[in-house]
Parts: sequence; C-alpha cells; structure tokens
Amino acid sequence: MSTADSFAAVFGSRPNGPTRPVEHTAAELVAAVRAGTLSPAEIWAEYAALAADDDLNAYLWRAETDPGADPAAPLAGVPVAVKDLFCTEGVPSAAASRILEGYLPPYTATVVQRLLDAGAPMLAKTNMDEFAMGSSNENSAFGPVANPWDRTRVPGGSSGGSAAAVAAGLAPWAIGTDTGGSIRQPAALCGIVGLKPTYGTVSRYGMIAFASSLDQAGPLTRDVTDAALALRHMVGRDVCDSTSTGHPEEIALPTAERLDGLRFGVPPELTGDGVEPGVRAVFEATLARIEELGGTVTEVSLPHSGHAISAYYVLAPAEASANLARFDGVRYGRRADGDGDLLSLYEQTREEGFGPEVKRRIMLGTYALSSGYYDAYYGRAQRVRTKIAEDFKAAFEQVDAIVTPTSPTVAFALGERTADPLAMYLSDVLTVPMSLAGIPAISIPGGLAGGLPVGIQLAGPAFAENRVLDVAHALEQAIDFRAEAAAHG
Amino acid sequence: MIDRDQVLHVARLARLRLTDAEVEAMTGELSTILDHIEKIGELDLDDVAPTSHVVALENVLRADEPRPSLPRDVALSQAPDSDGVGFRVPSPGA
Repeated sequence: MSTADSFAAVFGSRPNGPTRPVEHTAAELVAAVRAGTLSPAEIWAEYAALAADDDLNAYLWRAETDPGADPAAPLAGVPVAVKDLFCTEGVPSAAASRILEGYLPPYTATVVQRLLDAGAPMLAKTNMDEFAMGSSNENSAFGPVANPWDRTRVPGGSSGGSAAAVAAGLAPWAIGTDTGGSIRQPAALCGIVGLKPTYGTVSRYGMIAFASSLDQAGPLTRDVTDAALALRHMVGRDVCDSTSTGHPEEIALPTAERLDGLRFGVPPELTGDGVEPGVRAVFEATLARIEELGGTVTEVSLPHSGHAISAYYVLAPAEASANLARFDGVRYGRRADGDGDLLSLYEQTREEGFGPEVKRRIMLGTYALSSGYYDAYYGRAQRVRTKIAEDFKAAFEQVDAIVTPTSPTVAFALGERTADPLAMYLSDVLTVPMSLAGIPAISIPGGLAGGLPVGIQLAGPAFAENRVLDVAHALEQAIDFRAEAAAHG
Repeated sequence: MIDRDQVLHVARLARLRLTDAEVEAMTGELSTILDHIEKIGELDLDDVAPTSHVVALENVLRADEPRPSLPRDVALSQAPDSDGVGFRVPSPGA
C-alpha cells in the first residue's frame, strides 16, 4: 500500500466502519484487539509494511522486527511513532542533527518507557527540525518532510515527521514535543490533533533538551479520544525530572457532545491582522458551531501576548545555548579534530555538527546572556513572561477556554520562509503565548481552506486537560472533519 | 543591531568557528531578529517579578539513597575516543 493510499484510508469515507488496521484510530484498534477481531501481530505487520513504504521522509528509523505485544495491556500492542528528540535505548536518537548522527543512547526517555510499559511498541523514529528548532521541518539534517495533503508544502514543525506520519496513516499515533508550538502547529498543518499538556505533567527525562522551562512532550493523533488515551499513559511524576508534577486527575476519555454553559474567550490580539482569510473563515465558522452547541463566545483580552514572540526568542535561545553546550565532541556524537588542541576540537566539532538554524539560536542565546546584555534581554523577557501568564490567569476568571486559530496560515510552500528567519519565527505567533504560560492547549482540525487543513486551538488553565479534551471532543463531533475531507476527495 | 566584531566575540563565547560567509549572514539576520525582540524594551516592567518557574513547585525532595548509576563501560560506549577508563581529549595546552 502506498503512502497516498494510506492517507486516503485515514481521511476517506468508510461507510461500513473500519476494516483494515490502517483505517482504525488507536482507540478503535485497542477495542478491536479486545474484541478479538484484530491481533497485535496483524496491526504490527500492516504498519511495518507502511513504514517501509514511507515516501514522505517522515521516518528516520524503523523497527525491523515485531517486538510482540500483550493483547491484555492497556494499549493492546498499538504501535507508536516517536520523535527523534527522545532517547531510546540502543536505537538511533539524533534529534535530526549531524552532531548526534549514529548516537545510541544507553537509556530510554521516561515518557517512551511509560508507553512501552502500557503495551504500545515503538514503530519508528520520526523526522523533525534539528533539536526541535523550526516550524517547517526544513531544518532537519536528514532532509525535509512532505505534507501528505500537498507534497510541495511543509508539514509544519518541529514535530513535522510525527504529524505527517499520523496524517498519512503511517502510524496510528505519535508523540512529539512542543516548546513554542512544535506539536500544535504541525498537527494543524497536517489536519490532525496535537496536544501540548501543562508544563511538568509529562517527564522530560530522556528528552534531548532545547529550552527546559518550556519543553513538554505530548501526543499527535487522529482524533481527540486518541489524544486523551495517549496522554493518560504519558503523564506522571518522575524522580528523574524534578520539574515533573504528574497530573492531579486521571485523564478521562472525553464524552462531551454539547458545550452548554461553557464560556469561550476570543483574544483580539491573537485573532486580528495576520490571520489569512481562509483561516479566518474556518475560525469564524468554528465560533458559530460553539454557539450552536450551547457555548457562549466573548472577547477576552491578553494584552501582553503581542510581545510573546519577542520574549520567547530571548528565553528559548538563551536556554538552548546552555543546553547545547554539552555537544562538544567529547562524550558522544560527532567529533572533528580541529587543529590538535581542545579548544579548536570543540569549535570545529560544533561548526561541522550544527545546522544554520541551531547556530543562529545558539548565537542569539549566547548574546542575550552575555555580560552587559543579560538584564536588557533575559531579565526583561522573564518579566514579560510573568505578564503573559497573568493575562491568561485573568482571562480564565472570565471564560472556561480560549479559542484561536492554531496557525495564521495553512501549510506553506517548501522553501517559502527559509531565507527569512523572522518570518519563520512568526509562524508560531498564536501558539507561543500558551507555552510561556505553561498551560494546556490542543489543536484540532477545523475545516479546509483551499483544500488544506486549518487548525483550531483550544487552551485552558493549568491542569485543565480534562476540560480541554472534553471541549475539543464536542467540537470535533460537530465539525466532522473526516466527512469534509472525504467530500473534498 | 549587532556588528561583525560582536558576532565574532559571541561565536567565541559559544565555541562556534563560523565561516566568513556565516559571519556575514549572521550579522544581518541577528540584527533583524534583535530589532523585533527589542520591542519588549517599550514595556514598563519595573514592578514585575521575573518568572522563575511557570508552575509553582515547593522544594522537590527525595530520599538520599544510593542507586546504581550507568556502568563505566556503558557511559563510555558512545565516546568518540576513550582509553577504557575515561574520555580522551587532546591537551588544552597543545
């Protein structure tokens, strides 16, 4: 089966319900295994074959043998694709960087281990922007990923391989990481669901660090129910990550069909100029659906969110410049010899090993932290971050959820923004504020604009994942994106 | 704005050996990005506390009990160069 055929299986109509494994959501696969109509071995065989035929460059590594699965385990052998940013024992984990090419970690990231323990074997490692720095997947050292909706366009980033794989039916579901939008934006551009949980609910242990105060792992899935099912098995406090909190509630599978009594806030700062007309039309249709389902829609201001990108591009590169100091050619990964002394070994290794965007961010972060500039950049950005978090707290006194488009545009053309770093950074203008505030946010498909998916972002207060998932589920049922995609053909 | 000499200084701090072409490109790109970032200078933030942690956590403690760590051969297994007991590098003074 070609990737084009499996993509059609995900988004095409299926009047008699799912038959082949690729037509099922992950939750449907679990149910089918429970009912005895599919076996883990059949599921694995289909996805292994699909992975071998990946022609999107979504995968950087594929499992060669069926690891076997316990059909009674909670996730019943439903395989998962894992972003290359996660360390996986004995399996290449390069963060899509030349500097870690061939690196075989001696341990497995906690969140991956939790999914393995719940019975979800690892199918593949997914392509991404190098060290999760990018919004198009074009910063991968191993080549860009094609968007299955239009192969001349980007899948978004940085979790572009995970999003493209799920949208194209190459995996039932995947995990990614989100620092400023790296789960939500590619999910939006690929027409799937992506959830960034509350900061701290999922362990960061074994996730190659980009910006430690922002990085958070989350699921990329075909629907909201699958996102809840995956998240349930991802959250948890971890002694190996002292910033991990676990989740105060059991993550429930969402059931809501209505939005009666719920108040939705639309921030004018994140829904005004810059949102392209096709995206705006889908967003406005979504607001109308919220009201049809019994919700109310009001304007709510996030006055400092216009400064979020500026603060983010101080804080994230500053943290990255410190985190990426460990890649020096001494303990793991690539080494260049330099001129025979230690300093030139470091400098040459990093010059050869890092790509242009990673170097740019290391430079930006090093500059912002350097003597004489620290207060003007890092100190101010941390204060802006406080104001942005306070804006959200005040907004959630008035509304239950905030709704915006996920991305101001649909998937853009490969190469369109690579020459203009600032234009690329602004791709994340609608997702970065929630990251700075540490709150949960989900992107769900809202409809099509010019035949390409438009994502709708729903955000709630810290630890309100169950509310966000319920709201997203009710909207998902009303939107019926699959029917719109199938009708579009 | 950032000039060529500052770019070279920061590259040294970051242990990056940039090519001349990279220095040239970086000077323009970083200046454009910094111009955008400097908008946060317009805000009055005098009485605002900087964020140290976005989700408030009390001191996180654990029992101080010995646990196994990575065996040395495993820790060294991915090293570009090792003598079997440590990571081997050229002399800093060479």
